[in-house]
Amino acid sequence: MLKRPSFGSLLLGLIPFVGTCFSVSLWDRIYPLVFGLPFNFFWLTSWLALTPLCMWGAYRLETRRDPESQPPNKGADAA
Amino acid sequence: MSASAVALTLIFGTVAVGSFIGFYVGARYKMDLEQWTVAGRGFGLVLVWLLMAGEVYTTFTFLGASGCAYSRGGPALYILGYQPLVFVVSFFIVPQVWEVGRKYGLQTQADFFQVRYRNKYLAAFVALVGVVFIIPYLQLQLTGLGIIVEVASSQGIGRTPAMLVAFALVAAFVFASGVRGVAWVCVLKDLLLLAAALFVGIAVPYIYFGGVGQMFAALLRARPHHLVMPGTTPNLGHAWYVSTVLLTAVGFFMWPQNFAASFTAKSGDTLRRNAVVMPLYSITMPLMLLVGFTAVLILPGMSNGDLALLTLVRKTFPAWFLGLIGGAGALTAMVPAAILILSAATLFVKNLYRPIFAPSMTDDQVAKLARIMVLVITAVALFFAIHSSTTLVSLLILGYAGVAQFFPGVVLGLYSRRVTMPGVFAGLVAGISIGAILMLGKRDPFFGLNAGFLGLCGNLAVTAVVSLLSPIKPSGLDESFPESAVP
Repeated sequence: MLKRPSFGSLLLGLIPFVGTCFSVSLWDRIYPLVFGLPFNFFWLTSWLALTPLCMWGAYRLETRRDPESQPPNKGADAA
Repeated sequence: MSASAVALTLIFGTVAVGSFIGFYVGARYKMDLEQWTVAGRGFGLVLVWLLMAGEVYTTFTFLGASGCAYSRGGPALYILGYQPLVFVVSFFIVPQVWEVGRKYGLQTQADFFQVRYRNKYLAAFVALVGVVFIIPYLQLQLTGLGIIVEVASSQGIGRTPAMLVAFALVAAFVFASGVRGVAWVCVLKDLLLLAAALFVGIAVPYIYFGGVGQMFAALLRARPHHLVMPGTTPNLGHAWYVSTVLLTAVGFFMWPQNFAASFTAKSGDTLRRNAVVMPLYSITMPLMLLVGFTAVLILPGMSNGDLALLTLVRKTFPAWFLGLIGGAGALTAMVPAAILILSAATLFVKNLYRPIFAPSMTDDQVAKLARIMVLVITAVALFFAIHSSTTLVSLLILGYAGVAQFFPGVVLGLYSRRVTMPGVFAGLVAGISIGAILMLGKRDPFFGLNAGFLGLCGNLAVTAVVSLLSPIKPSGLDESFPESAVP
């Protein structure tokens, strides 16, 4: 069987699920408007940027755990 | 030249440039099955990013998202909600799938089931389900192409002849280029789509209202309930939102073409880093929703919201601009359509036809038959596209209800030894049956929940119970991942 992801990275992965999915009744509202955008629209759009932050943390945790999957040389990886 | 002629010329010009890139790249490689389906497993970060993004940006992004925002309002936010979560899920499973793929030389999703559960009938069933649910997604792309030509010609060319032309173009494109050609055309298509989304999403609200904020203010005055769930629908509330977002988030990488796209990567790390940054790529989605919301006030009363974006562009900008946008849209339909056809044809021949009916076929014969299936599958999707009037978003959710049912078999198969072949088989049948019964019986949403999601819950329960009742067999993944590797 494959190695399971670490608890820490799973927890970081759970954050976007809470933010954009399970908490819907908290943020599905128009007001307060943010930059003129309805709150629900602004909230979901900002998670497009917040999710990579969480997952960058998870990436750090996973690669530290598993030295074999350290990024290879930058030059070798370019397409 | 009339306005429609200008627009159509530009659309076909864009399509021609895209096709040329595909043919040119494809022609430089000898096309055996490995090259045609997974491009010899040689894609680095950039090309995998493009190939995966190529499957994120489809006609649905282009026409379906704005159409859904126009006609349903608030519930369209689900499109924004599930996008980043897709890549959270992929972070935890796709690099592992890639690892199995490299070890066993996997080319398709059904190959994975074959290796893990060691049963050709389960693999064949997975292939069949994959092909069946690719059809509505392919139908979505062909319908989108039809809409583009129809609107660009000011309704002068009917949708049926437009879709016939689209069919010919897409099939020819797939024949010649395989997955490598397709990946490079993604570059052109994504640049065009990004530019179109940025420009149309910002410019159109600005032209009519003086800005995005003013557009929302006007919309809130005229339709105060349009922007929150359930919007204009009677029953798509928060329960529907949560269940649909979960279904699509776990379903995205269960699409056979997305699952197989991971095999083209050079390393698992490429895929993991991809998953971290990909949510940023979805920035076109809010822009497309802005277009849909703007159209509510400018073009009230359209019966088919999927026409909203292009009609708005036609009304606002000169014909050449409509041509450029239409060309971008046409490529956005053609490229994913090509990927879908490629996956379906390979699945059908390699995992369904050969193992069950013709075990002695050589790889060369498989590749030949796969090319014949390209025509058959496209023709079936074309038939449905011509004979149905379903909205793009409904087709998308239907497809997800089917492919998401692979999730338990993949995830439990990767991480648990206790899950068994009969468990996964029974779960898959249960999940699809529940979804089909609810959808065909017009009971979707069922008590506010997405029917496909309920199917997935039933699937998980049946998989667990039957697995516990059936004897444990050694996992096909075990020999190469010995006990010592388990933490």
